[in-house]
Amino acid sequence: MGKVKTKKKTQDLVNKKPSFVRNDGIPYDPDLFVDINVNRSAVERRAATIGTRRSVKKQWQAAWLLKAIGMIDLTTLAGDDTPGNVKRLVAKATSPVRQDILDRLGMGDRNIMTGAVCVYHNLIKHAKAALGDIDLPIAAVSTGFPAGLIPLKEKLKQIDLSVKAGATEIDIVISRSLVLNSDWKGLYKEVAACREACGEAHMKTILATGEIPTYTKVAKASWVSMMAGSDFIKTSTGKEPVNATLPVSLVMIRTIREYYELTGYKVGFKPAGGIRTAKQALAWLILIKEELGDDWLDPHLFRFGASSLLGDIERQLEHHLTGSYSASFRHPMG
Amino acid sequence: MSISKIYDTMEYGPAPENADAALDYLKSHNNKFNLFIDGEWKEPHSKVYFDSINPSNKQKLAQIADANATDVDAAVSAAKKALPKWSGLSGHERARYLYALARQIQKYSRLFSVLESLDNGKPIRETRDIDIPLVARHFYHHAGWAQLMDSKLKDYKEIGVIGQIIPWNFPLLMLSWKIAPAIAMGNTVVLKPAEFTSLTALLFADICKQIGLPPGVVNIITGEGTTGAALVDHEDVAKIAFTGSTEVGKIIKRATAGTGKKLSLELGGKSPFIVFEDADLDSVVEGVVDAIWFNQGQVCCAGSRLLVQESIADKLYKKIKRRMETLRMGNSLDKSIDIGAIVAPVQLKTIDDLVQQGVKEGAKLWQPSWACPTDGYFYPPTMFTDVSPSSTISQVEIFGPVLVATTFRTHKEAVKLANNTMYGLASSIWTENINLALDIAPQIKAGTCWINCTNVFDAAAGFGGYRESGYGREGGLEGLHEYMKPKIETKLSAKPYKRKVLKSKTKAKAVSPIDRTLKMYVGGKHKRPDGGYSTPVYSVNGDYLGEVSKGNRKDIRNAVEVAAKKKSWSGYTGHQKAQVLYYLAENLILRKEEFAAKIVTMLNCSITDANREVDLSIDRIYTYAAYADKYDGKVHSTTSRNVTLAMPEPMGVMGIVCPEDFPLLGFISTVIPAITMGNNVVVIPSQSAPLSATDFYQLLDTSDVPAGAVNIITGDKDELAQVLAKHYEVDGLWYFGSAEGSKTVELLSAENMKRTWVNHGKFRNWEDREIGEGEVFLRNASEVKNIWVPYGA
Repeated sequence: MGKVKTKKKTQDLVNKKPSFVRNDGIPYDPDLFVDINVNRSAVERRAATIGTRRSVKKQWQAAWLLKAIGMIDLTTLAGDDTPGNVKRLVAKATSPVRQDILDRLGMGDRNIMTGAVCVYHNLIKHAKAALGDIDLPIAAVSTGFPAGLIPLKEKLKQIDLSVKAGATEIDIVISRSLVLNSDWKGLYKEVAACREACGEAHMKTILATGEIPTYTKVAKASWVSMMAGSDFIKTSTGKEPVNATLPVSLVMIRTIREYYELTGYKVGFKPAGGIRTAKQALAWLILIKEELGDDWLDPHLFRFGASSLLGDIERQLEHHLTGSYSASFRHPMG
Repeated sequence: MSISKIYDTMEYGPAPENADAALDYLKSHNNKFNLFIDGEWKEPHSKVYFDSINPSNKQKLAQIADANATDVDAAVSAAKKALPKWSGLSGHERARYLYALARQIQKYSRLFSVLESLDNGKPIRETRDIDIPLVARHFYHHAGWAQLMDSKLKDYKEIGVIGQIIPWNFPLLMLSWKIAPAIAMGNTVVLKPAEFTSLTALLFADICKQIGLPPGVVNIITGEGTTGAALVDHEDVAKIAFTGSTEVGKIIKRATAGTGKKLSLELGGKSPFIVFEDADLDSVVEGVVDAIWFNQGQVCCAGSRLLVQESIADKLYKKIKRRMETLRMGNSLDKSIDIGAIVAPVQLKTIDDLVQQGVKEGAKLWQPSWACPTDGYFYPPTMFTDVSPSSTISQVEIFGPVLVATTFRTHKEAVKLANNTMYGLASSIWTENINLALDIAPQIKAGTCWINCTNVFDAAAGFGGYRESGYGREGGLEGLHEYMKPKIETKLSAKPYKRKVLKSKTKAKAVSPIDRTLKMYVGGKHKRPDGGYSTPVYSVNGDYLGEVSKGNRKDIRNAVEVAAKKKSWSGYTGHQKAQVLYYLAENLILRKEEFAAKIVTMLNCSITDANREVDLSIDRIYTYAAYADKYDGKVHSTTSRNVTLAMPEPMGVMGIVCPEDFPLLGFISTVIPAITMGNNVVVIPSQSAPLSATDFYQLLDTSDVPAGAVNIITGDKDELAQVLAKHYEVDGLWYFGSAEGSKTVELLSAENMKRTWVNHGKFRNWEDREIGEGEVFLRNASEVKNIWVPYGA
């Protein structure tokens, strides 16, 4: 890392800001990231031992898995999505675990819901209708998801439409070519423009790390996205050949930590794609706890982009109660 | 604790590994272990047992037999009895036994891991994911070497009965490093584990029994220091392999001096962990954790000295402090900890005393805010900043979780600080600039250099130290040489090679007596002796031939100083060194008659014999000129994604005490291989026939050998050899002389652990190419450094 400017303002921010103040971004400053050099082997070594240095068992495991549920952006992003299956998705998101299981876990009154539902633009209104009065964020993927190869003007228009349709969270995709060609200023402008278009809606910036050739560039893209005002940085669309991995997550959350230390802004993190098992979810939670601390173990700052993860967590929770391995048909589908 | 509460706090809970299988194993021995001798469990003659304690909770695990000298003798006898049959097996037959051991270790890997954690106090994560897999890997790798011995190593044979003494920090791993190569090469062993941590070695003994390893091939005797001493002193032991403290290493070196026992020592360290400003600092932090908080810092190669570039020091310290807060400490069987217990109270006290000393000397102490558990022997992770190289904690090996940080300004200063230690086991270099990394790595005096990683091990790579970190390597081909010897060594003779002595002719015209005192040769200059004395030289028949300088200790001092300072020769490429050596040979060809005549004058031998000696000398220089760019390194096939370079390096300054009997060929056969490897040498030529060496000055002058590479001091051989042996700046010493002189050299060299190669009074026929030249000379003139270079964009 290059020299980090420790402005006085920064310290004030750290001291005064309550949690979950949005990241307003900072002016573009390449000095903050140009010297970044990430060592792949060392990152992989750390990532590989995250899950071997910590183990969460018994009631701790149950509690952590329930926490994980609250961090899931329960997602459907398919060409054949209809109002019908989105309605089911919402029902599952608002009631993710069988009530009798929650009761026996002593968590029946804790209003366990997923972190959000995540859909394509056209389904926002159906999700909103299905939710009624229930306070659950609706996330919409936007800006030419998943490839992002449409004009910026169109991207901003999409965001605007989605926000107007009721999305409270917008998952944008960046133009990978800007990263590949190291056009950091261009990336900053693009993300900043999206952020402006989001208005009150929270913005998650998808880097599509599976299409970024080096961890160093992943770190730089993370920095630029945060500088430009992202509320979250997110690994993947779920559509790249390689989606969320622990090493790439480690690279990103280390930049989140540095950005926080510099600015006082807590930026959230969302791994997405390929997270299907309770065991994987625990590894990510451990990674977050170890590298960012307990503050980030909160739906305001951490989400899983996942569709089938919830099912495995439900099975594990029932196993915790009964000692018998569960089956998916024992849990209501979404 | 309720799920609801945990849900709110997101704390970690306990995650204990089940210990039942390990405890059942101990019970199967009634929690009382005897000695494993000749394939049987035998009660100790001493009748004495001592307790083995779990350092995590101070509870007694088992009783261990305390072997006395009689027990040691029984074990060595069993090993001796088993030797002929074991070494007589084919490589393949031995390979199958090693393979079976590897398989069993894998099969019982969890039992081994749990038992090791209980006994040592180290986290189960480490035994499960690091120690035990490396143990199995070591046996697999060496099963392969046993298989290949008959073809690839057919010029070598076993050494005999090996006595092995291992430490408590990596009990089973050190056992594997000792036993696997030893039995692969056909040796039989008597191994003594450390008294604090014998249990996994005893389980290993049971496994040897289970696979039907022939009785006596592996004997495990438990006990304390006196047991080890009895093993070291046993006359039927052909070699001692020791891993442990430098202090004990020196005792062993002295105890074995002059006995002809081979010795490999893997001793202490104070290894530098160098961080340059362009390093990936978050990765550096995890590197620090792996370097000094791995195994509670009880690691001989622990990166205990953090050398950090001033420009990033504060930033890095802050990151390390943050990380220290998130380290977790506890019972070794808890799967959620980073740090376990210190092995024993005595070690805990040593650590604490040194930390107090550090505070007293003004270094800034950092420890995390959390408290250690109180039911075992725990010590918190500790970092000192603002530490000067002169403080005790910078110099002394603490062998605990204590990091000592110092800053540097320039690359040059980093190297200087890194090498400012008596040790030289390992080093770690952190930079994202490969040019810088590969520039620094060869400059560090250490056997292992990890670039952007640390504490990475593999059976295929050599591990071992420079300086007072000991000598010999473990792992890889370089490590095998510790457990085999050239078959050709049987050609060493108890008697000197005799040439026919002819009657002196009356003063041959070709060579007139020298009418002046020949000076010595230091730093490319002809130097008068410090003492101002000379010594007469006579021929074999007693003819007076002239005077040579009588060198004294100050002349040695001056020569060593020059040799240590002049670095140009060591920087020559193989090709450049070859060019100089060929030039030397060429110049010798031109003056062949003169050199032959001088040999005739000194030895009163036939001109035919003398010509042959000169011809062979020329031939020999050619041999090493040829080797100069061919005795190169290897890229080891290790298990992680990296290039592991095994580079032969010069030792530095070597003393060479030349054989008496071949005035020119003996000089050439010893000096030339030493300089071929890039060493600067201080040579004491044949005392009785020094004139070939003194004539050689002119050849050195005219052959582009850079000043300081070869320094020659004439005088009393054994007196000067002692000065060299005691000199701290001399890294290696070859001695070809008497048995008594050999012993003295080994004894006196113990103090700085210089590498010694002595002839124990035996003679080589230097005319015999098989025994007078070859790779064994180059190997004894070099150190192998393993440089680990992980890659990945």
